[in-house]
Amino acid sequence: MKDMPDTAPLLELRNLEKQFDLDRGFLETIKFKGGKIYREKRAVHAVNNVSLSANRGEALCVVGESGCGKSTVARLVAGLLTPTSGEVHYAGERIDNRSRHDMMPLRKKMQMIFQNPYASLNPRMTIQQALEEPVRFHNPSMNGSEVTDRVVEVMKSVGVDPSWSRRYPHEFSGGQRQRIAIARALTVDPEFVIADEPISALDVSIQAQVLNLMLEAKEERGLTYLFITHDLSVVQHFGTRVVVLYLGTVCEVAETDTLFSNPKHPYTKALLSAVPQLSDAKPDHIRLKGEIPTPINMPKGCPFHSRCSYSDARCLEEQPQPLHQPDGSVVACHAVEENRLDG
Amino acid sequence: MSLLSVRDLSVKFAMRDQTVTALRNISFDLARGERLGIVGESGAGKSITGFALMNLLSRPGYIAGGKILFEDRDITGLEDEAMRDIRGNHMAMIFQDPMVTLNPVLTIGQQMLETLYAHRKLSKAEATQIAILKLREVYIPSPEERLDQYPHELSGGMRQRIIIAMALLLDPKLIIADEPTTALDVTIQADIMELLLELCHSNKVGLILITHDLGVVSQMTERTLVMYAGRIIEAGPTREIINDPQHPYTQGLINALPQQTPPGHRLKQIPGNMPPLTAIPPGCPFAPRCGFAVDHCRTTLPEVVSYGGVEVACHEVNRLHNAPAKEKSA
Repeated sequence: MKDMPDTAPLLELRNLEKQFDLDRGFLETIKFKGGKIYREKRAVHAVNNVSLSANRGEALCVVGESGCGKSTVARLVAGLLTPTSGEVHYAGERIDNRSRHDMMPLRKKMQMIFQNPYASLNPRMTIQQALEEPVRFHNPSMNGSEVTDRVVEVMKSVGVDPSWSRRYPHEFSGGQRQRIAIARALTVDPEFVIADEPISALDVSIQAQVLNLMLEAKEERGLTYLFITHDLSVVQHFGTRVVVLYLGTVCEVAETDTLFSNPKHPYTKALLSAVPQLSDAKPDHIRLKGEIPTPINMPKGCPFHSRCSYSDARCLEEQPQPLHQPDGSVVACHAVEENRLDG
Repeated sequence: MSLLSVRDLSVKFAMRDQTVTALRNISFDLARGERLGIVGESGAGKSITGFALMNLLSRPGYIAGGKILFEDRDITGLEDEAMRDIRGNHMAMIFQDPMVTLNPVLTIGQQMLETLYAHRKLSKAEATQIAILKLREVYIPSPEERLDQYPHELSGGMRQRIIIAMALLLDPKLIIADEPTTALDVTIQADIMELLLELCHSNKVGLILITHDLGVVSQMTERTLVMYAGRIIEAGPTREIINDPQHPYTQGLINALPQQTPPGHRLKQIPGNMPPLTAIPPGCPFAPRCGFAVDHCRTTLPEVVSYGGVEVACHEVNRLHNAPAKEKSA
C-alpha cells in the first residue's frame, strides 16, 4: 500500500452521474405524437451529481427507498458499471476510467457482498472451490497448501466450519450461505468492502449473527465499509456516517448520531418517522403526499418537491445545493437553508 | 361467540419417503373485529396457518387433525363449492407480493368485477359503482381511471392498496394478511399499515396479520402468537409479549433487534438455526438453541401453561422468570 496521509479519504466520489439509456437503437428513438414524427432519447437518471467520501475505518451507509440509486452507487464504486460522468477516486487515484487489466490489483483490495446468497454462490462449486478461487486468482505465486491454509483460516474466523468445505451451497441455509459469501470476500484480505443489502434476505435472529460477524471483521481487519441498505435500524447500529439518497440525489449526509437525533431534510424526517417501533407510543408518522416520481422524467428543481409539504416556488425551479450545517451534516434543501422548517 | 376458533389444528405434508408435520396442534381464538399478529421466522409455519384457514392447502399438504370454526360453523374440509362462498364473502386474504397476486393481462376493473360477479347478481353499472367506492375507501386517486389500467402501470404501494380494496369488495368479516407490507418501502409500509388499521376500525373487520417484523406487530395488533417450528410457543396481548416476553425464543427475537443494543456493540444473537421440519428434535424444538435448556427440555415436549398474562410453552418459565436480569440477557 502506498503511503497516504490518514486524513485523505479512502474513497471519494466526485459529481458522479449514471444514466441508463432506454431507447438504444435509432428506430427506438423515433416517436409519433400529435401528428408529428420526432426523435426522443429517454434515459433513466439513476445517479445524479453524487459527491461523497469515505474515510479509512468508516462504515458509510447509503440509505433510501427502492429505485433511489443505492445499488447503482455500489456498482459504480466497484467498477461493475461505468459512470456517465464524474469521477471515482480510491486511495487518491482515479479508478473509474481504468481498463479491466488496470483494475485487477484493486479488485483484491475492494470486495463486494451481495444481497442474495442464493444467487451469489455458484451452485456447482463446493464451498472449498468457491473460497479458493479468488485466492488462487489474486495470488498466483501461492502453492496449493498455502491457499488451503488461508481459506481454512478465514473460514474459522467467520464461523464457517472447515468440515463443510466439500459440500455444495444448496446444502446450507441462507444465513450460512451469507457467512460463506462474506468468507469469500475476506479470503483475499481486502481493505474495503462494499455490502449491498447483505442482511435483507435473512431472518431476524440470523441478521444479528451476520451483522455481528461484519462488525467483528471490521474491528479485526480494520475494514472500511460501504454499506447499502434500506433498513434504518441497521444503519443506526452499524453506520458511522449516513448518506440519504432520493431519486439518485443526495439529500443529507451526517454522522449517524446526528442524523438520528436531529434529522434535517424533510425526506429524512419522513423516512425516520415511518420505521415501525416496538414501543407503546403511537407513531407520529409523517405522511408524504403523492408517489415517488420516475427517474425517467426527473422533476425540475428539488427532486423531492412533489412530495414535500414545505416546497415553494424556489423549490420548483432551482435544485438545492448540498450545504454544510453547524453540526457537521450536509443538507440539500432550500427550506433548511432559509430556516423555513419548524422544529 | 368468537369469530374464528381454531382447535388443535395440524397440517402435514406427505412427501415421497416421509410425512412432515408443518403445523402441530395450533389453537387460538379471534373475536369479532380483533387484530391478531402471527410472528416467527421463515419456516415457522405462519403462512401455512393462513393457507389452512382459507382451505388453500394443496397437495401434498393436508389438514391432519383439528377443527377450524368460523362463526361456530366447522369449515374444516368443506366442499370446494361451500368454501368458495366463505372465501371472499366472509374471509379474504392479502398476499405479500401485489405483482404476483394481480393478473397482469387483465385490467384492475376486470379483476374487481370478476370477483363481484362470482359472488353477487349485479349489473355492470352496479358492480362498477361498488368497485369505485372500494377504491376510494383505500385512497386511490381518480379511481374511475384506475379501472381501465393494468397492474404494471401502477406503483407497488398503489397495487397493494388495490389488493386491499379487492379483499374488501364483499365486506368480509375477517382479513388474513400474509406479510402485506414486506415488499414495500418503509414510507409506503407506514401508509398501508395506517390504512389497514383504519379499515379494521371502521368496518369492524377482524385481522390476522402474518409477519416477521416485530415492529409491525407491535403497532398493528392487539394480540400476538409467536410461532417456532410449526408450534405456537407464546400467545397473549401484544404489549405483554413485546414488553415482557416469557419464552426464551421470544426474548431472543426481541433482544436480537439492532434497536435493543447500543450502536456499535455486539448484537445479542440467537445461536444456530431453526431446525428444518424434517428434523425437529424430540422435546422442545427450541432446546438446541436455548441457553436455559435442561435435560427434560430435550426429551419432553412442553405443555402450554399460563404465566404472567400470556400462554407459553416452556418447561422452565418459572425458573426463567425468577432468574436474575443478568442471566436473562445472556
